Amino acid sequence: MRVRQNSLGLALLALLLPAAQAADTAELQALRQQMEQLKRSYEALEKRLQQAEATSQQAQQVSQQAADASQQALDAARQPAPSNPENAFNPGLSLILGGTYGQLKRDPAIPPTGFAMNPNPGHTAGFSLGESELGISANIDPQFRGVATMALAAAGGVTVENAYIQNSSLGNGVNLKFGRFFSGLGYLNEVHAHAWDFVDQPLVYANLWNNQMGEDGVQLKWLAPTEMFVELGGELGRGRTFPGTDRQNRNGAGAGTVFVHIGDDIGVEHSWRAGLSLHDTKQVNAASTGVPDLLGTVGGVSNSFNGDSRTVGADLVWKYSPNGNIAERYLKVQAEYFRRTLSGQLTYNTAGAGVTDSYRNTQSGWYAQGVYQFMPHWRAGLRYDQLDPGVAQIGALNVGNVIGNYGYLPRRTSVMLDYSPSEFSRLRLQLARHQSRQGLPDNQLFIQYIMSLGAHGAHQY
Amino acid sequence: MKKLLLLGVWLLASPAAQASLNVFSCEPEWTALTQQLAGNQVNIYTATGPLQDPHRVEARPSLIAKARSAQLLVCTGAELEMAWLPVILRESGNSGLQPGNTGYFLASSAVKMLEVPTRLDRADGDMHSQGNPHIQTDPRNFLPIAEALSKRLMQLDPANTTFYQQQLTAFSQKWRTAIARWEKQGAPLRGVPVVVQHKGFPYLSNWLGLKEVASLEPKPGMEPSVAYLGTVVTQLQHQPARMVLRAAYQSPRSAAWFAERSHLPVVEIPYTVGGSSQAFDLFSLFDDTLNRLLAALK
Repeated sequence: MRVRQNSLGLALLALLLPAAQAADTAELQALRQQMEQLKRSYEALEKRLQQAEATSQQAQQVSQQAADASQQALDAARQPAPSNPENAFNPGLSLILGGTYGQLKRDPAIPPTGFAMNPNPGHTAGFSLGESELGISANIDPQFRGVATMALAAAGGVTVENAYIQNSSLGNGVNLKFGRFFSGLGYLNEVHAHAWDFVDQPLVYANLWNNQMGEDGVQLKWLAPTEMFVELGGELGRGRTFPGTDRQNRNGAGAGTVFVHIGDDIGVEHSWRAGLSLHDTKQVNAASTGVPDLLGTVGGVSNSFNGDSRTVGADLVWKYSPNGNIAERYLKVQAEYFRRTLSGQLTYNTAGAGVTDSYRNTQSGWYAQGVYQFMPHWRAGLRYDQLDPGVAQIGALNVGNVIGNYGYLPRRTSVMLDYSPSEFSRLRLQLARHQSRQGLPDNQLFIQYIMSLGAHGAHQY
Repeated sequence: MKKLLLLGVWLLASPAAQASLNVFSCEPEWTALTQQLAGNQVNIYTATGPLQDPHRVEARPSLIAKARSAQLLVCTGAELEMAWLPVILRESGNSGLQPGNTGYFLASSAVKMLEVPTRLDRADGDMHSQGNPHIQTDPRNFLPIAEALSKRLMQLDPANTTFYQQQLTAFSQKWRTAIARWEKQGAPLRGVPVVVQHKGFPYLSNWLGLKEVASLEPKPGMEPSVAYLGTVVTQLQHQPARMVLRAAYQSPRSAAWFAERSHLPVVEIPYTVGGSSQAFDLFSLFDDTLNRLLAALK
């Protein structure tokens, strides 16, 4: 190609030189014709050249694609180096880091009015490290899966929050869990702290279940073979956490729970789940301190209760998302109600006179909340809480000592806003109007972070 | 007695009783493929809709109930359903569907994965350790998947082996013809530079020879800031692109913002069956995808 181009240039030169000297018009005419011819053949040549160049470019592209393909093949071949066989079966590890800043006006240790005989997991004022949660889980063999969650307390010390074995391969909708687990009652009870929608649990969970009821025992669930979700479950355990009194060193079970959950979708945008729960336990020497009395003893008195505790509960969750696309926007509304009856013998002022007589009381509480993800990564929530300390029937001996009717309904309203840059991190602001203690209202502010590292298991509904 | 008999007749006559298998499909494309391969021998329940982000689905009670009575689960795998499927399988109490069993079928296990990361770090965004899971955008992937899936159907329902074999042969033949047609139709797209909203198109690009020059997500799965989109606009001044690709289920916001400033057309790819009204089955899914891409070239 190049040779022909050169010779063309030479020919042109040879033609042009004599052309400048030529005077004869006839000669000029002939020359012009020759020039014209040459020009045409030159143009044709140039066109062919361009075409040839284009083809070579295409060829280059093809070879580039081939190179890309071979690079991909290389990438595919570049398998991760075989790890140490001892590590190959390492379980999934996850670590949750959390912390809170709390601005409180009142001492968080003050219990809600009428709930001095209940646990009161409070808040912390100022900066505080939340519980760091270390989770380990893996399949043990084709039958069993093991899950352990260790809570690392900010002040030091490790507590085993969950440590259970699950068998999902029994078939026929049967699911067996044993070890230490959060009870399946209600809706929020099984939800881990890092997945809560607010900084704290609703009052009804805090004061009736000490935030979450955990059990050492066995759980058996059965899922009905129906179109609709219908799940029946039962648990037997030692009654490890409140309202149980941790039955120690005795045969048999200290607490029992049964629950039923039903749920379904309505179209692609709505889904719901509803449940009923029943929990029974026997309280043995359930001690409480700082309980106010009718005599107005400064600092309250210490009481002890022996008897039955029966709790019934109902829960409802409804979720809505346009087109069912929760990545964009969704609304989650939930409400739960629990009602507990204690019936047995109450010993008044164990440190002093120690008067024992019958005692029967029904406490209850409920909350309703809504959380709205108004745009990806941003959510806002509103929650209302209320407790009812009940009106106690008190045996004659204690009628002048124990307060039977507090005449006040503890309540709280909370709003929150959270931002999650990714699925693994969340920052939250929460404001609460705390009116759970009669005459001691509190405006509270919390700022919280929750971060999760490592394996991140799927969340429950 | 008569009532009981009538009930029995009704049960037999209902479609649930006729089909030999209940299938739990994670995404609409696998529902469509199973439909092609098994016809009315199966009852299929689809867990996600075409406008849902399959990464982000909740383990809803209804899904658990449907998984309870399924004999076959057909999902993408490669960690696409990681946020919800494990809970559903555990809670379903269905031993046949558990990982490793015949009833557990992952489409990604039958194809060659692209973008398998050589380094796993969440600082790099939403990573999938087994490679990019959006395998359904390359029609060539459906051939090995169909073959593997058909094998599963035969294993689970050996009585209908001949039928499944016939269906597979018919589908593969039709599909090969269709691929040849699409490839011819899509020839002008070869080498066309494009911007993608999410790193969800490597298989489509690889098939059609599209050149991805930029992504609207700074890191996979992370929402872009206006500042980041601005840098992409500047980058495109030196490295022009022809269009912006966005999957139908993704928010149109960032792509619209970007298109306005870069004066590029946004192509909404149906991404799965039902992602657009024109994409009503597997064949029309790719017909529509190509039509939209080619329209943006004009």
